[in-house]
Amino acid sequence: MRPLTDVETERLFEKLANYIGRNITHLIDRPTDPHCFRVQKDRVYYVRESIARLATSVAKANLLSLGTCLGKFTKTGKFKLHVTALDHIASHAKYKVWVKPNGEMPFLYGNNVLKAHVGRISEDTPEHQGVVIYSMNDTPLGFGVTARSTHEVRRLDPTSITAFRQSDVGEYLRDEDTLF
Amino acid sequence: MSLSSQESENLKIFLWNPPPNPSEDEKDLKGKKSAAVPPPAQKAKAKKELFGDDSDDEIMDDEFDVESGGEEMEDGRPSLKDDFLAGDSDSDVYDSGEEQAGHIFSEDEDESDAEEKLTAANIEGLSRKLDAQLAHEAAEAQAEMEESAMQTNIAGEPKPHILGDPDDEDDQAALAAPDVTLLRTRITDTVRVLEDFSNLAEEGRSRADYTEQILKDICAYYGYSEFLAEKLFHLFSPSEAFSFFEANEKERPHVIRTNTLKTGRRELAQALINRGVTLEPVGKWSKVGLQIFESQVPLGATPEYLAGHYILQAASSFLPVMALAPQENERILDMAAAPGGKTTYISALMKNTGCVFANDANRARTKGLIGNIHRLGVKNTIVCNYDAKEFPKVIGGFDRVLLDAPCSGTGVISKDPSVKTNKNAKDFMLLPHLQKQLLLCAIDSVDHASSTGGYLVYSTCSVTVEENESVVEYALRKRPNVKLVETGLTFGREGFTSYRGKTFNEKMKWTRRFYPHMYNVDGFFVAKFKKIGPTKAAATNGVKAGGTPEDEEIGVDNDDVPFGGFDDEADKELMEKAVKKHLRKKGINPKVAVAHGKAGGKVDGKAEEAPTTTEEPKAAKEESTGKKEKALEKKKEKILGKKEKQEERAPKKKEGAPKKSYNKPSSETKPEPAKKANGESKKPENGTATSPSSTSSKKAQPK
Repeated sequence: MRPLTDVETERLFEKLANYIGRNITHLIDRPTDPHCFRVQKDRVYYVRESIARLATSVAKANLLSLGTCLGKFTKTGKFKLHVTALDHIASHAKYKVWVKPNGEMPFLYGNNVLKAHVGRISEDTPEHQGVVIYSMNDTPLGFGVTARSTHEVRRLDPTSITAFRQSDVGEYLRDEDTLF
Repeated sequence: MSLSSQESENLKIFLWNPPPNPSEDEKDLKGKKSAAVPPPAQKAKAKKELFGDDSDDEIMDDEFDVESGGEEMEDGRPSLKDDFLAGDSDSDVYDSGEEQAGHIFSEDEDESDAEEKLTAANIEGLSRKLDAQLAHEAAEAQAEMEESAMQTNIAGEPKPHILGDPDDEDDQAALAAPDVTLLRTRITDTVRVLEDFSNLAEEGRSRADYTEQILKDICAYYGYSEFLAEKLFHLFSPSEAFSFFEANEKERPHVIRTNTLKTGRRELAQALINRGVTLEPVGKWSKVGLQIFESQVPLGATPEYLAGHYILQAASSFLPVMALAPQENERILDMAAAPGGKTTYISALMKNTGCVFANDANRARTKGLIGNIHRLGVKNTIVCNYDAKEFPKVIGGFDRVLLDAPCSGTGVISKDPSVKTNKNAKDFMLLPHLQKQLLLCAIDSVDHASSTGGYLVYSTCSVTVEENESVVEYALRKRPNVKLVETGLTFGREGFTSYRGKTFNEKMKWTRRFYPHMYNVDGFFVAKFKKIGPTKAAATNGVKAGGTPEDEEIGVDNDDVPFGGFDDEADKELMEKAVKKHLRKKGINPKVAVAHGKAGGKVDGKAEEAPTTTEEPKAAKEESTGKKEKALEKKKEKILGKKEKQEERAPKKKEGAPKKSYNKPSSETKPEPAKKANGESKKPENGTATSPSSTSSKKAQPK
């Protein structure tokens, strides 16, 4: 377990900023409850500092997880955001897409969000913008990127894709073996 | 046997002011009875309905009629004696009924046979006349019995004839294919006999005969191994054992736990009802549990499940966490955490504050654990993969520790029926051994000085005494610095304070046992400890188990003395003692061994290691600091030695000096200054000549 290097931090923040923009500062600056990022076996964890300190007593080989896993660095050095980061992203998300109840299950099975399933979408969402996908009762279901901007979405036909899925909570079942 | 207050009240009313409609009271009693032993009682009820008209006038007769209805089924012929005696067989509740009858008859036991006969005749007449259906069934049953060629001439006997002839019994049992209904009838009969042995048993038959028979039948009927059947049977009274075995055949209700970090129980219930799930709160004792009756959707794949609003978790596994009662901002250890139901419950109760160490020894299972932790939005955990026995060494000083020990699973037979056959005597030696080790480690990981906590909960999903009370008793004996406290659980049966000749600590009544037949939860055991003082080094050595007052004082002293202030001489004495004890354990005479120079050295090293492998971190530090001091001394000697040598060698060979000095310490590990002078001239050459591996091995030795 170690703190991130500068390069790693940059790549991580780049990815996070895609979804939460400048709200990233809310993750970093928490004066009452300081948090930090830690790397353990290529996974990045976002964790309360006090817990990170306690975790130092666990040997590297035996430490499997601490706090919340945000994602992992691939072998090529890119950062991949995991669905486990959804909690933190969702609470600071800038752009959101709500799917109707009939679109929940298709999305949770790993499909993209179709126009027909979109219940609401944040105003002024640009194209290729990271968005958090919610169900109509405001439960975060996953995240992705928009295929079209809000204005264009209005003119789309029902079967065309509104947002590309990147991660959804269905992965807890589908990818349990690879996710952790 | 005790009467509940309500029952006794009923009784009084019945005795002093006969109610206008006594049949109602009876119905109550019958209802309760039927809960205890279904089949005969149901028949009895059926019979009772037929007798409905009479009941107002002939209260007493009716009572008997009802009984005989039940009896007739088994005997094929009504018999009074049985009827009376059957009274005892069922349950406490039923007892009250019987007592009641006794009062009415006024010392009915002393009554002559004449009255019995009279009533018997009554019964015969009435039952013959009335119940064609029951008679038919009885005939069928009898036919079955005859068919099975087991010589169960129950019909002819007033007492149930259950046991075959001692000689040919075995052969016949082996030959005849097990007849399920027959087996069942025989089990219920035997239970009845065992419950009221003095009256119902055949003459010349001992209780052991009947027990043997019922065990055999249970093995055949339910498919248990003989060993396990016996073990479980003796935990209960015969009738309760029967209902326990019955309950193990039924599935427990599915229960989910609301994740209070993300939602509330009412909202969740509403969301699930909208998806076509029928549910209701699991009970008054839990505010987060929901019991599922049926569901049109797979509960493990609803959007709510994936979003982490609930987790599938057996009701029984709420209990240890509730007993643990974690508080916010504490540091808690869950020693065997996978698959995370309890861990996430702990975190939910702490509202994601503090820190939870979730440990599991099985790496494969930690995947599910980490998955659940993330799915439920738990952010205060550290997941690690240690053998739980290493624990106080990894990190100690926890406010609370939960040890849900690996166990034989005799409480969850309904979930995993393979337990019935695959557990043998060896398992019940090894598992308790492991559990004892884990429990000691758990105790040592608790911080006794914690302002909010200092508690430890030990739980298993097993019902056997070996894995529960015995383990707790062992821990209490080995660690006098813990005491049992009340679990805070509102239900559950008290733990055994004595069991088959063993007596346990009287506080054992504060532990809780849960049985499937009583609360419809998995069989479970929960014990809660409070740690009241530090664990002594002596205790961790496994030397002094008794926990004498001296131990106590030593412990307190150790606590007060600031770190580093050790009395080397006293330590040396203790260490020597430990060495001697260690040797004696191995069967070596310490006096002889100590005289042996080499052996002594070796043993010394071992003795130093022993306490460090045991739990108390302080003790470990103490030892290590002791070691350090020794090492320092050695180093000094070495350095001095080096200097001397270097001075000597310097004129001979300048380049070789550093190398030699590097090698030297290893060859000089035994501080024998007298030898140094002699070996001096040759050693450098030896040192340079020896291969690196040999030097390294020598280096390793002083450790």
